[in-house]
Amino acid sequence: MGLDDIFTASVFASAIRLATPYIFAALGETFAQRSGVLNLGVDGIMLMGAFGGFYAVHLAQEAGVLAEPLGLLLGVLVALIVGGLMGLAMAFVSVTLKAKQGISGIGVYLFGLGLSELLFQQLVGTPKSVAGFPRISFPVLTDIPILGEIFFHHNLLVYVAFALVPISAFVLNRTTFGLMIRAVGQNPEAADAMGVSVARVRYATTTIGGMLAGLAGASLSIALINLFQQNLTAGQGFIAVALVYFGGWRPLTVAAGAMLFSFVNALQLQIKVIGADIPSEFAVMAPYVITIIALVFATKRQEQPTALTKPYERGE
Amino acid sequence: MESKLLPTGHARIESLTMRGIVKRFPGVLAADEIDFDVRSGEIHALLGENGAGKSTLMKMLYGLYHPDEGEILINGKPTAIKSPIDAIQHGIGMIHQHFMLVPSLTVAENIALGMKSSRGFQLDLDVVSQRVLELSDIYNLKVDPRLPIWQLAVGEQQRVEILRALYKGAALLILDEPTAVLTPQEVDGLFRILNQLAADGHGLVFISHKLHEVLEISHRVTVLRDGRRVNTIPTSQATRPKLAEMMVGRPVLLEYEKNAPNPRAERLVLQGVSALSNRGTTGLDAVSLQLRGGEIVGIAGVSGNGQQELAQCITGLREVTIGSVTVDGKDVTNAPPSALHAIGLSYIPEERMIDGVIKEFSVAENYVLQDHGHPKYTTARIFMLFNKIRQACRRAIQLFEIKTPSTETLVKSLSGGNIQKLVLARELARDPGVLIAAQPTRGVDIGATEYIHKQLLEERDKGTAILLISEDLDEIRALSDRIAVMYEGRIVGEVLNENVDIEQLGLLMTGGG
Repeated sequence: MGLDDIFTASVFASAIRLATPYIFAALGETFAQRSGVLNLGVDGIMLMGAFGGFYAVHLAQEAGVLAEPLGLLLGVLVALIVGGLMGLAMAFVSVTLKAKQGISGIGVYLFGLGLSELLFQQLVGTPKSVAGFPRISFPVLTDIPILGEIFFHHNLLVYVAFALVPISAFVLNRTTFGLMIRAVGQNPEAADAMGVSVARVRYATTTIGGMLAGLAGASLSIALINLFQQNLTAGQGFIAVALVYFGGWRPLTVAAGAMLFSFVNALQLQIKVIGADIPSEFAVMAPYVITIIALVFATKRQEQPTALTKPYERGE
Repeated sequence: MESKLLPTGHARIESLTMRGIVKRFPGVLAADEIDFDVRSGEIHALLGENGAGKSTLMKMLYGLYHPDEGEILINGKPTAIKSPIDAIQHGIGMIHQHFMLVPSLTVAENIALGMKSSRGFQLDLDVVSQRVLELSDIYNLKVDPRLPIWQLAVGEQQRVEILRALYKGAALLILDEPTAVLTPQEVDGLFRILNQLAADGHGLVFISHKLHEVLEISHRVTVLRDGRRVNTIPTSQATRPKLAEMMVGRPVLLEYEKNAPNPRAERLVLQGVSALSNRGTTGLDAVSLQLRGGEIVGIAGVSGNGQQELAQCITGLREVTIGSVTVDGKDVTNAPPSALHAIGLSYIPEERMIDGVIKEFSVAENYVLQDHGHPKYTTARIFMLFNKIRQACRRAIQLFEIKTPSTETLVKSLSGGNIQKLVLARELARDPGVLIAAQPTRGVDIGATEYIHKQLLEERDKGTAILLISEDLDEIRALSDRIAVMYEGRIVGEVLNENVDIEQLGLLMTGGG
């Protein structure tokens, strides 16, 4: 067994696929955090999005009322709505009610964890799979050796996730909305004095964050794994939160962090597959250990939202 | 006939009148039927102690608060100002005491914040920058629109604030304590700008509690006290004692009679003390200083030039990396604070709400924060004797004229001046040999300031060595025997107070001279 067995094209391809839910969730969390809201409930929202998306597709396919692409898009829509509603709930608790964000986020997580399981057991019962987003084959490109497998043979949501990275960077850095987000996260008093509604901006970012977390969940249940089960995400939402710190609140580096993490994850799977002489538990731990180490060394950056987790109150 | 437009192209506010303004907060009448007016071309000073209602009144003008009663007239027309956006649209701009700028954003981004972009949802920073450069030409306010705020000096940041208000079409500018953070040179620069703005037809409200500045810059002055307007007079008829009396409600000593200095043995000696700042850069750079009993040495300097690190190194709150600190001949370099208390070092910290008191504790508990284990307050050093603590605290309350309903009142409900008096009472109760007083009167009203100053002078005459760290040059001049100036962590000059030259001091503070 050599390095050739480990670093295969399929490992790189699966690294890209595995990065999808992290990129969606972490980009959404980046928006929320840049405006000063730490949403720890991402994982719970992902679970609800995953279930919502799965259930919609499942119903559509069982009833056969919708043609295939429409049923899948319905699943995406449901995931976005469910995620957006949970983001809205998080915004209500932390912006309007000014609750401690760390605690309310955990509340959102547990709520999503419990409710998604309850709904699953009541409505579906046993794990069932659905026909998820199919892989896209591009003419010519897909047939390129190695590169074709790595880059040009994924499902639609994978490409959407990667397309969202530069779009998010553009929104944050080049638009008036992005300027408001950055200002509200750094100095809400100043933003308020300039006529920017701190609450409105934070509601918007937290809701967008929720929608993207919902989509992240759906990318698992109707595009990558194509089924739903209890605690499907297994903590991926928490990794996404860590990735935002790791990436220094910048979409490009956050996505790079997601890639690094999912690459280690893909390697770990590959090592298990080829049966290398490493206890598989170590391999499973590896990505998390690497994340923790990376976080320790991630230094304070200029982009760090100084008002993160601090509810804004207009006062003296 | 004079043009009705400002150089920015916006309309003037010929007159703005606030009439019978009342604002109530739970339990407080913050503004009680206040009348106030500003005209085009005028600098109108608003003078008063902390809590007199200056900021409340101006926040109502800027739409941050809403008056419960009364009306605001712009050019004679009753106008409701519901929000800051409303205020800006009516031509009112405000320069806040704590700058309303986002440090990580550039000048242009800060100005573009909250404004419509000419390109819809996309930012138009090049257009904004162009206009900023035009305005900075007209008003002689030089700034580079591409620089992030955190790279600018405080004076420059203030210029950005002023530019932003002008950019948004401010005809009337409210300046809330604009000189509080500036060096003497920067104050001169600001005053030139303000005079030009007034000459160009802007109306200006200058909020301050510094009498000499009000006398220097304003045309009229309105004095507030306890939420009421005491009077409005032309500045030409005002004098320092008259204004001080209007502010406090009784005659105030503005200059103290100091006894001739009677320096005794050296009590505190610093030799080549260096330390790191919070950011890990050089915070203190080989500072040497000698303090004798019976003298006050003032440390002047712009905030952030090592004053805080100096105080912390002496009081055991920051590690001294090189050099030594000696008190009464005993080496106490990096000694823990408890050991320093034991040999008679007292400290009035700069951040009194953070380092000076625990604001959720009662007055009595704060009074014995350090001495709670002292035999006179405990049985067997374990069980606190609250009766004795309360007794001692009541004596201190009387002696130091602390206004508090009882010894059990929580400190957070006291005024800044009374909290500072409590800290002073606690620190002086131990009869210190060395006293480090950092910004002892910042945010404290004139009455309490006068009292604290008198106490410090009394301590000095008793033979205590006092290190007075202050950004208020007037305070340094009024109390010190010697003055040392700090710049970038070093002591760049030391002079005797009697032959000091303010210009020279200002130059030293900015690294020149």
